[in-house]
Amino acid sequence: MIELQKVCRHFQVGDQMVHALDHVDLTIQSGEFVSIMGPSGSGKSTLLNILGLLDRPTQGSYRLNGADVAKLDDSKLADQRQKNIGFVFQSFHLIPRLNAVENVELPMVLAGVSMASRRKRARQVLESMGLGERLDHRPDQLSGGERQRVAIGRSIVMNPKVLLADEPTGNLDSHSSSEVIDILHRLNHDGLSLLVVTHDPEIGGQAQRRLAMRDGRIIQDADSRSP
Amino acid sequence: MKTTDTARLAFQSIQRYPLRTSMLLLAVAIGVTAVVLLTSVGEGARRYVTGEFESLGTNLLVVFPGKSDTTGGAAGMMIGETPRDLTVDDAMAIERSPLVSQVAPAIAGSGTASWRQREREISVLGTTSKMRTVQHWNMRAGQFLPELDMDVASQVCVLGTTVREEFFGRADPLGQWIRIDNFRCRVIGVLAQAGMTGPFNTDELVIVPVASAQQMFNATSLLRIMVEVVSNDAVEGARRDVIEIVKARHQGEEDITVVSRDAILGTFNTIFDAITYALAGIAAISLVVAGVLIMNVMLVAVSQRTEEIGLLKALGAKQRQIIGLFLTEAVFLSILGALVGLGFGTLGTRLLSAAFPIVDFSAPSWALIAAVATAVSSGLVFGILPARRAARLDPVEALAGR
Repeated sequence: MIELQKVCRHFQVGDQMVHALDHVDLTIQSGEFVSIMGPSGSGKSTLLNILGLLDRPTQGSYRLNGADVAKLDDSKLADQRQKNIGFVFQSFHLIPRLNAVENVELPMVLAGVSMASRRKRARQVLESMGLGERLDHRPDQLSGGERQRVAIGRSIVMNPKVLLADEPTGNLDSHSSSEVIDILHRLNHDGLSLLVVTHDPEIGGQAQRRLAMRDGRIIQDADSRSP
Repeated sequence: MKTTDTARLAFQSIQRYPLRTSMLLLAVAIGVTAVVLLTSVGEGARRYVTGEFESLGTNLLVVFPGKSDTTGGAAGMMIGETPRDLTVDDAMAIERSPLVSQVAPAIAGSGTASWRQREREISVLGTTSKMRTVQHWNMRAGQFLPELDMDVASQVCVLGTTVREEFFGRADPLGQWIRIDNFRCRVIGVLAQAGMTGPFNTDELVIVPVASAQQMFNATSLLRIMVEVVSNDAVEGARRDVIEIVKARHQGEEDITVVSRDAILGTFNTIFDAITYALAGIAAISLVVAGVLIMNVMLVAVSQRTEEIGLLKALGAKQRQIIGLFLTEAVFLSILGALVGLGFGTLGTRLLSAAFPIVDFSAPSWALIAAVATAVSSGLVFGILPARRAARLDPVEALAGR
């Protein structure tokens, strides 16, 4: 489903060229649970941004569902993000003035879904996250774990093909973390591909496929299903 | 994205920063208020002045001595030429024209009027009984000047209301004798309050027969002659007729100016329109300033909401949608400001009207429309730069809050 070939991403920092990604080849099948680990500065966030079409490779090709997306214009990239990709962030990025339902509705608002059907869908998603009692709460009335569950709800509300999570448990206590991990597992079990960038060995270890990165390269690619 | 959703999101952003919103609304509102107030003053002045002339009636000509537009001629011909006065004889000649129904001569001067111990400087208008019908004056008490021939003097006078009150207070002035310089006259009537009619403040006048005024001021020259034409269609013909009659009497010299009411009105309208447009233009500048303010505040809003914009992009918002959101917000702010301004402006014109009841202050509808349109379009134009900046943010940087 995801196919990266010789992808490079260079940044100009002052008069120095930083190779955040250095000829990365990566193929991810539909339904995989992949963790990406590595020290900071190893390029894992850059990789996630490129996979999420928030950033473009300097070189190389990126095929998503068989289509070359490396050269798409802004508007087409936005379409692809809307249809195929869900994002979960370390700091949740919920909109403070909107309640849980309205936050989950946001991608559907942008996609032009009608009020009645998006409200129904948002409630349904939140209930499946165990937040049926929290629908009208604003983010500041929710715990960290609940906020992240709202954010996960928002990321899957458009039925994306792949969920990209950047340190999803980075701001959570261990109890909330395991709730979030359970939800991610369940979503993966239902067929959603999952890519998680993490420092947390617990999540990292639970993934079927574990990538380790250093200096913009994938230095290890271990698959627990085929030892 | 549905239009209603864009509007709702933009409106939520406006509600989120009440101080910022109210400051911007105020800036726009002041601009719109200025347009409304200044144009209503210009328009009120125009209506006041033209209203005064309209009260003269439509089929009126005013004859002035002297020619206002200088015609050419050899310099030598001008030497030794004296402008001829307009006289009572001229007025009587004009009255004989078949196109003229009434003629009222006017001679003006000032004198010291006294009654018992009271004394003051007053303006004296010498005219005939016809002046009352020509000017549509009403009487408060007594009679207007008697119907005498123009060259017959009589020791009677009619007072304006202010003059009456200052001299007589609550006493009945009818039948009392007042003195104006060396001329004694009996008060036979008091005019109803009329304010300005044409060049005169009627309330401040003492009106005497034209021949009496000539004796009083030892002058024959008239200030003007009011000519009422038989019908509206005959105004132009009567104008030519009057010029020919007076020219024949002044040795072939065309030395008078004849103005119809419409010509005076037209001139005033042109002048006051120009003043009103100029005032509106000046006020509109403040709307442009408000637009610049909107731009600054929206730029701040973009940097405050960087992360949110990044999130919207990650969720699949297109540049067009983000531009739409920020422009809608800017336009909402300017529309709200314009509405507040219209409210303030209307209130202001009400206050002005209460303070100066004789003038009808109300902003012309074009000014209201133009004020709102200028406010909204300046919000739109100055909203473009911040909106584009928001739309072009790099999503990765924006999500990181940079």
